[in-house]
Amino acid sequence: MSILIYLLGYIAVIAFLISVIHRVVSYIKQPMHVRWELYPVAHEGKRAAHGGSYLEDVDWWKKKREKSLIGELKVMIPEIFFLKAVWEHNRPLWLSTYAFHLGLYLICGFLGLLMINVFAQIIGCTENCLVLTVSPLMIFMGGAGIVLCLVGSIMLFQKRLNEPELREYSGTDHYVNLGMFIVSMSISLITWLFVDPKFIMARDFIVNMIQFNFTPIPNNLFGLQMILAFILFAYIPMTHMSHFFMKYFLYHDIRWGDEPNVNNLKVQAHIGSVLNYPVSWSASHIAGHGKTTWAEVATFNPVAQPES
Amino acid sequence: MNANKKLSINDVSKDTEKLTSVKPEDLMSLPSWNVKEEDWKPISEDLKEKYVCILDDTLILPVPKPKTIQEEEALVNQFIEGMRKLFTKENNWTFLQILETTMNHCARCNTCSDACHLFEASGRNEMYRPIYRSEIFRRIYKTYVKKEPFAKWRYGDLELNWRTVARLGEMAYRCNICRRCAQTCPIGADNALVAREIRKIFSQEMGITVPELHEKGSMLQLEKGSSTAMTKLVVKDNVEFIDEDFSEETGFEIETPWDVEGADILLIHNAGEILAWPENIAAFSIIFKAAGLSWTLSSDLAAYDSINYGVFYDDVQFARTALLQAQAAKKLGVKKIVLGECGHAHKALTVIADRVLPEELNVPRESCFPLLRDIVMSGKLKLDPSRNNFPVTIHDPCNLTRLMGIIKPQRDILNKICPQFREMHPHGAHNYCCGGGSGYAIMSRNTIPEWRFKVAGRKKLEQILNAFSDSRGPEQKKYVCAPCSNCKGQLRDVFEHYELLEKESLIYNGLVELIVNAMVDVNPGYVKWEEE
Repeated sequence: MSILIYLLGYIAVIAFLISVIHRVVSYIKQPMHVRWELYPVAHEGKRAAHGGSYLEDVDWWKKKREKSLIGELKVMIPEIFFLKAVWEHNRPLWLSTYAFHLGLYLICGFLGLLMINVFAQIIGCTENCLVLTVSPLMIFMGGAGIVLCLVGSIMLFQKRLNEPELREYSGTDHYVNLGMFIVSMSISLITWLFVDPKFIMARDFIVNMIQFNFTPIPNNLFGLQMILAFILFAYIPMTHMSHFFMKYFLYHDIRWGDEPNVNNLKVQAHIGSVLNYPVSWSASHIAGHGKTTWAEVATFNPVAQPES
Repeated sequence: MNANKKLSINDVSKDTEKLTSVKPEDLMSLPSWNVKEEDWKPISEDLKEKYVCILDDTLILPVPKPKTIQEEEALVNQFIEGMRKLFTKENNWTFLQILETTMNHCARCNTCSDACHLFEASGRNEMYRPIYRSEIFRRIYKTYVKKEPFAKWRYGDLELNWRTVARLGEMAYRCNICRRCAQTCPIGADNALVAREIRKIFSQEMGITVPELHEKGSMLQLEKGSSTAMTKLVVKDNVEFIDEDFSEETGFEIETPWDVEGADILLIHNAGEILAWPENIAAFSIIFKAAGLSWTLSSDLAAYDSINYGVFYDDVQFARTALLQAQAAKKLGVKKIVLGECGHAHKALTVIADRVLPEELNVPRESCFPLLRDIVMSGKLKLDPSRNNFPVTIHDPCNLTRLMGIIKPQRDILNKICPQFREMHPHGAHNYCCGGGSGYAIMSRNTIPEWRFKVAGRKKLEQILNAFSDSRGPEQKKYVCAPCSNCKGQLRDVFEHYELLEKESLIYNGLVELIVNAMVDVNPGYVKWEEE
């Protein structure tokens, strides 16, 4: 049984990576969309304060564009770490979704510290090794993360189930996703409280995984926790929760995608390519004129009058 | 509780006379407002016989009523075929990335709901909730096009029948595509785009379009040169009349230049201004002459009318129009195209066309507002702000502000020439749509005007009344600066319907009119409160 859990761990990591790569590559491989930005665009620097753009200048194409990384960070940090948009526009949902997300962030932080401990152990550090002094923080982040994620997912489940405005738009996928978190985090909480309060089993398990050392898992509850965690880990990027990484494109490429086509060879090559795509729309103003590509269709005037 | 708030997604497929109705008592209340709204006028039996009228009390998209089971099936099959094409890169390279990410990542959390002026104005009618429409579209896509495993179970079942399709098409025209909902989305999903993409399926695949946008809009522009049906000869004649009339009235001699090769600027107006607001055309000519600019209009096909209704419903029509406008600029050899006061034209040619125009047609394009700001600030015009000493507020056209970030130039001008300028709240990138956005301002069939007044334009009316809360009533003349032809069309009809000139001494017009009104080289009284 232990070997199967280790095997599930490898499968989960591979599935996770494949799902993430698949989503990102699928997005990138699609043709570049037309510009459809929404203001305020965060990297506009000083102008972002009033929602302005470089288009506020005469002869904007002759001027050097200023893109402010700090401006982006000023928007991204409150959005990522405090869910600012939900706070501003959907306050009743904020507490539950923030608890859930903060829990996840803490768990991510916990995993980061756990991996430091794992590698410290692999390279031979003892329990007194400097790197292991992060353990109290790791234990706090792990414990708090599990509790918050559990509380948040229960609150979200309850809201989706009981609030008519959310219930109408909640599919089984929502309940399954949240249910998986509730079950997984409940087991994790019990494991943390009663079986592995210092996450030593967790550390040892990952060390064993990395070293392909399939030592029997010392506790059944811990084994169950790992099974659920691996399933959840593999499952998340297959769902709409993949927004945790796709949000990069939704913000940077779409909402803030204001890159103008000024001596932009990449965009010009793209336009040259897409205008040669075949068009198969059936409406009479598009089809039926013997025009088959976008270039042909777009330069054809179906109602052109002879020049008088 | 309002019964409409209980509307469920599955109701869209049901055999009911209509999906919903916004009753007068449901409407959002307005400040110090004693106008009693009437119930909807009924849609005529003739229309009901010809077209599917089962959404609410209005008919915008004329979907022919299927008479047989075969016709019902054909409607569904055509729609599904169109949706398949919509999710192919060949047919929808323009928006596929954005649409697909919205389909896959919307959390259906309702964060966008309160941002929608239609949802608010209708008394939170469920049909206007931005994700109501999107969720129907998403369920059809996941189940019938993408065919995801267990899609019905995962996302929710939805019966796909002709009613679903017809109602979804009509529902795509219950959105101004102002994208205020998208602005609030924590994830970055764009439910307004979904409305536009549904319109595309109906137009590009099914050949079902709104006549004002298609036959009398983009097709007329491709045929005659303008959606106003003005040919090049007529438009030149009309502008000549404008030059004569306003030269006499203002005492400032103007002669609008046409087809000047090698001019610095090709100015493209919304041709609707020429017929409905000639003072806007004249004001540009006066300002540009006074500033000593080298500029011209073009009489080439589609190049004397900046409108591009394709933005609202059809990518092919969009591309055709943008290409013609760029070709005209290339032919004249101008240094740049400047867009007049028309929001969607700004967005279409300056931004969206940026990834459509091939290199040889990529003539630089800019808004008129930064140019006007530089002119006003340069001191080239002698201006007397006391001529504009009345309360002025500005309506921000969505296309200019939220979708292009052109916000400050207009304010720099108003702050300089209008002593009583005040903002609406919210404004700038967070503004509310006028209610005419995405084409409604030019529609006046059946009960469409009623819908524009009662629902679509209600939030803007509230904002206007609030902006002038210190000067309500007919005694104080007030001015809403709406620097967009489409928005002016909406405000014109709303103001007329509610008699705001009579009751509130409230008028609307553009920005250039205020500039000319302040010019000391021009006879006083360019801005008028009465017909003269």
